[in-house]
Amino acid sequence: MSSKIILETKNLTKVFHSGLLKKRSLVAVDNLSFNLHEREIISLVGESGSGKTTVARIILKLLPLTDGKILYKGKDISEFKKREELINYWRHVQGIFQDPYAPFNLFYKVDRVFNIIFSLFQEPFSKDDRMKMIESSLKMVDLNPRDVLGKYPHQLSGGQRQRILIARSLIVNPEILLADEPTSMIDASTRVDILRVFLSLKEKQGLSIIFITHDVGLAYYISDRMLVMQKGQIIEEGKVEDIIANPKQDYTKKLLSSIPTLSKKWSFSERIGTH
Amino acid sequence: MSILSAENIKAYYKLLDSDVKAVEDVTFSLKTGEILGIAGESGCGKSTLAATLSTVILPPLKLIDGRLITEDGKNIFELKEITLRRKIRGKYLALIPQSAMNALNPTKKIKDLVIDAVKAHYPKMPKEEILKNSMKQFAELGLPSRVLESYSFELSGGMKQRSIIAISSLLNPKVLVADEPTAALDVSTQQAVLNLLVSLKEKGIVQSIIFITHDIAVLRQIADRIMLMYAGMIVEVGDTEDVIFKPLHPYTQGLISTVIVPEPDIKEKVLTGIPGAPPDLKNPPPGCRFHPRCNFAMPKCEKEVPSLFSKSGRIVRCWLYD
Repeated sequence: MSSKIILETKNLTKVFHSGLLKKRSLVAVDNLSFNLHEREIISLVGESGSGKTTVARIILKLLPLTDGKILYKGKDISEFKKREELINYWRHVQGIFQDPYAPFNLFYKVDRVFNIIFSLFQEPFSKDDRMKMIESSLKMVDLNPRDVLGKYPHQLSGGQRQRILIARSLIVNPEILLADEPTSMIDASTRVDILRVFLSLKEKQGLSIIFITHDVGLAYYISDRMLVMQKGQIIEEGKVEDIIANPKQDYTKKLLSSIPTLSKKWSFSERIGTH
Repeated sequence: MSILSAENIKAYYKLLDSDVKAVEDVTFSLKTGEILGIAGESGCGKSTLAATLSTVILPPLKLIDGRLITEDGKNIFELKEITLRRKIRGKYLALIPQSAMNALNPTKKIKDLVIDAVKAHYPKMPKEEILKNSMKQFAELGLPSRVLESYSFELSGGMKQRSIIAISSLLNPKVLVADEPTAALDVSTQQAVLNLLVSLKEKGIVQSIIFITHDIAVLRQIADRIMLMYAGMIVEVGDTEDVIFKPLHPYTQGLISTVIVPEPDIKEKVLTGIPGAPPDLKNPPPGCRFHPRCNFAMPKCEKEVPSLFSKSGRIVRCWLYD
């Protein structure tokens, strides 16, 4: 790809220690290196426990890393230690998580999630300017501000809430979005709207997105490149079309063959007793 | 022949000021030897229907109306609690509730749970015999016998779910109702669980299965017929392939078109989704419950609830097929 690299990870490693005197250890992420280009969506795909979420949390600086380097536009992010530096980093790199219910307080109106981001980033804007920013970012996620502002969380659907959370992260004009299973708690008929939002953010706003999912179908639909993870390592990497058409690793082949599709029906009689 | 038939089942959640009409006028029959898939989005009444079918109707859920007929013509809803416990639950009809694997008691071994379950039905059966039978059943289903000696936290998610399924089928129920048995499992473990369910049926341990899920691609793999629900009502019933490749109801068409699978042609497809959100069941829209989101809505749809129309062997609830 010809465009510039915006985020680069080099030999990322994370070891969790547990037990008495931290004697037991678990290598969650093992020597992971990948690049994210501008205007690109990459997917991290893997089964549970493969270390996808740990990668996201390390990149968002919510977890310290054991070894390796993350370069954001050539700068090592482990050097960001002061609060101002961190906040400045988060201005460019924002995260969206799985649960669209947890971030809302059910006693307050949904507008409050926006206030939190304004106060954290201490934007010196007047009330009217803030309102304009909120409205423009809501429009970016295909929501009509009149439909959602001033409502309580229980009055909105899961899909609307998730889009509000995406809109919130867009307020600070980030360059990278980390989406950790953003559609796994959302119904099929509204999931498509969220995927469309991500695609239009890439096309129109030029965002780079790291999309973390266990669903190979979603990864294939939304992303340009796919990284297949197993036990903390990237075992296969490439254009989504290539990986789907001819997977090279046995694990990828097995993963693809166990995904139920509409066109093919499995023959169960051959498989019974194999597990 | 039908092993279970539901007639006009209505079940509401009774609240102080209003009712949540979670299951409205559900009629279907389950044939002997088939896997019936029930699909729909969250809040469409799938799990409420599962609870009603398995006669675990706990307040605030209340059965308003309807009959559930067994093979020999008895109405299950009219039976006394003691008969239900002795003859129906676990023996005629067994339920695998949603996320049951998280409810395994961590301080008990799986074999203790097995003994508990069987003792509830046969208080006089000696423990050794129960264990011998269950060991045989577990082996037949491809589960290693160490599972019986394990605590639940020693097992993986897929193993827990498969043990739950094995335990609920211990008494050879005729009908097994599985409510989202593969939610929260990885695709490869999901495959193992589906295998297990199919082999339960093929080995004659259970006769028929009602499989409830939100994932249509899974139903494609195991169901013989699919029943789609929307906002508490049946919208379409038909053979799996017919429903998936030639959906009749506008909601089914919308839902099938949003299934995303890793197949080459999906990238070119423009996925549209269904505009809007499912209705609040406290106050469902009059007429067809889908009309506010439907592209084909006619004036009639806003006023009258469509009945279930038969069209070339399939059942569909839509005025387009009147």
